[in-house]
Amino acid sequence: MKTFTYTITDALGIHARPAGLLVKLAAGYQSNILISREGKEANAKRIMAIMGLGATTGAEITVKVEGPDEGEAAAAVEDFLKANL
Amino acid sequence: MVKCTGKSVLKGIAVGRICLYRKKVADVSHAPAENVEKELERFDLAVGRAKEQLAALYENALKSVGEEEAMIFDVHSMMLEDEGYLEDIRALIQDGRNAQAAVHETGQQYSRMFAEMDDEYMKARSADVLDISGRVIDILTGAGEMSIQSQTPVILLADDLTPSETISMDKSKILAFVTVHGSASSHTAILARSMNLPSLVNTQTELLEEYHGKMAVVDGFHGELLIDPPQDILDAMILKRDQWTAEREGLRGLIGADNVTRDGRRVNVYCNIGNAQDADSVLAADGGGIGLFRSEFLFLGRDSCPSEEEQFESYKKVLEKMQGKKVIIRTLDIGADKKADYLDLEPEENPALGYRAIRICMDRPELFCTQLRAIYRASAFGTAAIMFPMIISLEEIREIKRIVEGVKKELADKQVPMGEVELGIMIETPAAALISDELAGEVDFFSIGTNDLTQYTLAADRQNQKLEKICDTHHKAVLKLIGMTVENGHKKGIWVGICGELAADLSLTRTFVDMGVDELSVSPAYVLELRKTIREL
Repeated sequence: MKTFTYTITDALGIHARPAGLLVKLAAGYQSNILISREGKEANAKRIMAIMGLGATTGAEITVKVEGPDEGEAAAAVEDFLKANL
Repeated sequence: MVKCTGKSVLKGIAVGRICLYRKKVADVSHAPAENVEKELERFDLAVGRAKEQLAALYENALKSVGEEEAMIFDVHSMMLEDEGYLEDIRALIQDGRNAQAAVHETGQQYSRMFAEMDDEYMKARSADVLDISGRVIDILTGAGEMSIQSQTPVILLADDLTPSETISMDKSKILAFVTVHGSASSHTAILARSMNLPSLVNTQTELLEEYHGKMAVVDGFHGELLIDPPQDILDAMILKRDQWTAEREGLRGLIGADNVTRDGRRVNVYCNIGNAQDADSVLAADGGGIGLFRSEFLFLGRDSCPSEEEQFESYKKVLEKMQGKKVIIRTLDIGADKKADYLDLEPEENPALGYRAIRICMDRPELFCTQLRAIYRASAFGTAAIMFPMIISLEEIREIKRIVEGVKKELADKQVPMGEVELGIMIETPAAALISDELAGEVDFFSIGTNDLTQYTLAADRQNQKLEKICDTHHKAVLKLIGMTVENGHKKGIWVGICGELAADLSLTRTFVDMGVDELSVSPAYVLELRKTIREL
């Protein structure tokens, strides 16, 4: 399992567009990708759950990746967060 | 034959079949389902159909407005694939609800979840859930029917259309708009003009089901809609339409000609546009530049603010297309009749006199500076100018210039390339016109917005159809304010243009040229006609 944390810097937080892009990215990997924030946990392949995290500017999120392609998936998600959020 | 009169927004004739565009209200009462299996099947089919609609909307938006704008339909499609949401609906159906009631209840529940979040932006997301749920419900109940089903272009007959509705329509399928409500300066009218479609607003007609599919004529010369005309009238109107088309073709001989009067006075004829694609019509019509780029259209019909990057791309695209010709970008003029849910603007008693345009921008430096940064970054790719709407005082423009300097310094520190950018203001309040002598010392140009200037000067709401007669743009008071603004601008050596609807009013072209107006900015469709008029003065 791979785990890392990331702090949202985008002014609007994880809003609809990046959430949609993140879901598309996550769907491309077999691994289970979970994003949590303040006790709430969301499957990165479920857009409503991700939007429901309410991760706004300054929120620290933890990403857990587990599965056959976890190394690649974790790196891709981290790159995505850095580039978009 | 049924003959209805309306207010024409563009000369011309359209002949085609009527498409009735009406939103029906869905029945989501909790009538129990007879057969759970059958309800689940209906639900799955409806979700599939909804995704097809969204895919078509996405493709359409991709072509007409670009990927960033189209993304919302893709997001909606993904929301319809969300297992949690789908499972909750299925559970309610298994519990005995009919499919539409189950979708309605689940939609409400998810929407509440977003609405209860302590973040303003996410609160607004509840609208997305309601939107996708509504789409599925409409399919289940046969309500809605928002899309144009016809394969051939149609005359769209509707009660009224919001700017976001017109944006999501497939424009290649529309010959003309006819609306029961809306005034000649409403946004439906402005869009119809920019799309070059003869259209009627404020039309005295009913939206009868039997009109759907009937042959009809929209006569933009006389403001008439003829439903089911006899063959001889139809033939005569087709002939008239073809003559008009030929006449417009004839005007094309003026492409490349100067906008100079017979006694040698020169006027710049620029165009008003609402998005980057419109720049193509400007070039096709031989517009000398863009006198008004309504940047708010980048902010409408979507669910979040366009990012700096998105805005930068749009401005850059227009500047590149215009190849060095001037492009005047008006900063966000939202509020009043143009609304974006995600900005969370409270409903107002009197929106035209309310919280709008520069008033919002100055309260939200982040929104304003993002737009300014995008424009300045794009300025390296052509000749950009910026103008600020709804100015009423010297203090406002000084504060704006201070903010602009901050943005420029920030970009300069990062060594971002920028071009020279002229700064101007809209003169659209009587206050600005009356102190134009002082304001002229602060800016590089004035652009007179005659639609608002008229409504504010005459205290007559331009959205109120009953006041259309009173809202006289030729009123002496309006013309006097325009004349005064031109004179005060010239005294301080700055140029003055007109970008409101009045700029295209050929009966006033002589008056404006005599006042010394330097630039007239009109819909691309009017460029050549205006050029012809100027050359005959």
